[in-house]
Amino acid sequence: MAATVDVNLDDYKYGFSVPENYAFKAEKGLSERIVKQISEMKNEPGWMTDFRLRGYKHFLERPMPQWGGQGMLNTINFDDIYYYIKPVGADKAFESWDDVPEDIKNTFDRLGIPEAEQKFLAGVGAQYESEVIYHSIIKDLESKGVIFLDMDASLREHPEIVKEYFGTVIPPEDNKFAALNTSVWSGGSFIYVPPGVHIDLPLQAYFRINAQNMGQFERTLIIVDEGAYVHYVEGCTAPTYSTDSLHSAVVEIIVKENGRCRYSTIQNWSHNVYNLVTKRAQAYKNATMEWVDGNLGSKLTMKYPAVWLMEDGAHGEVLSIAFAGKGQVQDAGGKIVHAAPNTSSVITSKSISKGGGRTTYRGLIKVAPNATNSKSNVLCDALILDDQSASDTFPYIEIENNNVSIGHEASVSKVSEEQLFYLMSRGIEEDTASNMIVSGFIEPIVKELPMEYALEMNRLIEMEMEGSVG
Amino acid sequence: MSTSLSIKDLQVSIDDKLILKGLNLEVKPGEVHAIMGPNGSGKSTTAYALAGHPAYEVEGGEVWMDGVNLLELSPDERAQMGLFLCFQYPTAIPGISMANFLRTSYNAVKGEEGEDGKKKPIPIAEFRKKLLEKMDLLKMDKSFARRYLNEGFSGGEKKRAEILQMTLLEPKVAILDETDSGLDIDALRIVSEGVNSMLSSERAFIVITHYQRILDYIKPDYVHIMYDGQIILSGGPELALRLEEEGYDNIVKSITQNGNGGN
Repeated sequence: MAATVDVNLDDYKYGFSVPENYAFKAEKGLSERIVKQISEMKNEPGWMTDFRLRGYKHFLERPMPQWGGQGMLNTINFDDIYYYIKPVGADKAFESWDDVPEDIKNTFDRLGIPEAEQKFLAGVGAQYESEVIYHSIIKDLESKGVIFLDMDASLREHPEIVKEYFGTVIPPEDNKFAALNTSVWSGGSFIYVPPGVHIDLPLQAYFRINAQNMGQFERTLIIVDEGAYVHYVEGCTAPTYSTDSLHSAVVEIIVKENGRCRYSTIQNWSHNVYNLVTKRAQAYKNATMEWVDGNLGSKLTMKYPAVWLMEDGAHGEVLSIAFAGKGQVQDAGGKIVHAAPNTSSVITSKSISKGGGRTTYRGLIKVAPNATNSKSNVLCDALILDDQSASDTFPYIEIENNNVSIGHEASVSKVSEEQLFYLMSRGIEEDTASNMIVSGFIEPIVKELPMEYALEMNRLIEMEMEGSVG
Repeated sequence: MSTSLSIKDLQVSIDDKLILKGLNLEVKPGEVHAIMGPNGSGKSTTAYALAGHPAYEVEGGEVWMDGVNLLELSPDERAQMGLFLCFQYPTAIPGISMANFLRTSYNAVKGEEGEDGKKKPIPIAEFRKKLLEKMDLLKMDKSFARRYLNEGFSGGEKKRAEILQMTLLEPKVAILDETDSGLDIDALRIVSEGVNSMLSSERAFIVITHYQRILDYIKPDYVHIMYDGQIILSGGPELALRLEEEGYDNIVKSITQNGNGGN
């Protein structure tokens, strides 16, 4: 990855915004009235309105967590955020690219979505503000009974499945930010893969926050039925504004017997976004759940994708990459709960900090009393690029069964003078050489991504790295 | 005839300890110079200092190449000028494939400058062909290109990888730092053949070695004996043989007692 990068880090690549053009924009701040208004606007069934209000109630009651995030959570002003914005023309998702309004299209053009779609995408659900406005699904997926819709549409079209699973993996009372999401959620993806269906190409969706002080609270629910497989890929990009935005998503996944689900994310929020996401999956008998989680950008990210291994033979994996630059805190990791015998898990975390950035690995391995013969391995490596930056590791391990095998390895390293010198002695400039070392460091995770995302990941890392080592 | 490399009174220290104490050497295109010497005499320091390792502090002297004082250039600029150091202990860099590394390096050193002043990268297919040819010459398996840079390489594989880089980058001046160390006789032959295939009237070699063995394969025009940070004796190939017979101690003793060098 030695392409020369001529974009300056300060010149955030996706930092453009188009003039706001909205059909409906709720007032700032959160109240019971706004929660009801959102539900009403969306013509939701009564049970969903009640669900939202349950979330709102818990959000008010639940104190702000005081662990992690270097105290940054306390600086969020919840009254200064728009919780719901509906762009013009967003009443329905578009089937064809031609139907998408010009300004929105320009945004996507600049993000490079259509090209990506032509090449690899099986289906695109791109979220612009709170509504999914562009959606296409390859016909043969439909014919196999696969459902891939934005969350709002799925509630209208498949209320019975949504009602059965919604909030079962992450209940409204799970944590303060899951409660907030429950009360004001909008958009996100819904995927149902019927038994035995194997989706070969990754399903992909792009999310984007455009309006200033806009919260984004998408809600994703994926159900992989028995023996089915899906790889879902989500990328996130937000333009730069001087005030802070809040992103607080909830992702719930259920993988049934012998099913397999991989969920890959590359998040590249601009540097003023609070990114507080709850992601959790349940894996049943002999099922596999894999989270691939790349966290770049944002002001503060707190995210620990979790897998609950519910039945015999279930396997869970978390691969996490975090990059923290100036003024950024990446508090990330993974959680695995071994709730059944013969379950196995792996957490691999790689973090990079530079220019005063701070990365934290925070992980939990929990083994329940009945989870005999379970195995878990945790590997976390931190790369620190300069003396101003720092990295911490908080590996929590709770084991209530004696017959288990648990491994934990952690390393912290600096870009070594010898490695830099070796590359430079081959004619490679210092910046490029540093980029190469960092790319090599995260390579074990990047190679797990679909090719175009792997390329994007490397490009984003190069941009973050630009001019950082002098 | 012009000079490839002209080292004048080079003084270099590491951690405030002076190691090179006034090194002088003139190397012309087409010449092969062997620098021999006991451990700690400053051989490897010479190699690292010429390549520009930041831990080696230049206290004085000049090193001229193509009318430029090398000592004012960064390591990558020196490489781009056509200087190549074949490392005694190449550094492993996990996650970077040999192929990616070699192409990046090739483009940096050999890339032709376009009208915009930026170097134009070689087309991937063309590079691949070139790479496979060179690997074949060094009897390296194709799968080598996919491995991570020097990671988990045996001693012989590391040295071969170094020579592979040299054959790709086609330097004007190549410094081989104890390339024979850790090689069995077969590997030594293959590596030496790689070097010999590079001999040309436009290229100069500086072969740094502790033992005479490699000089059976790579024939030097000049042999220099280094001791305590200086070259204390220079001669033709016969000097290496004399060294083999008499040993460093005797030669050093005879010279320092005659007051011909050292301090």
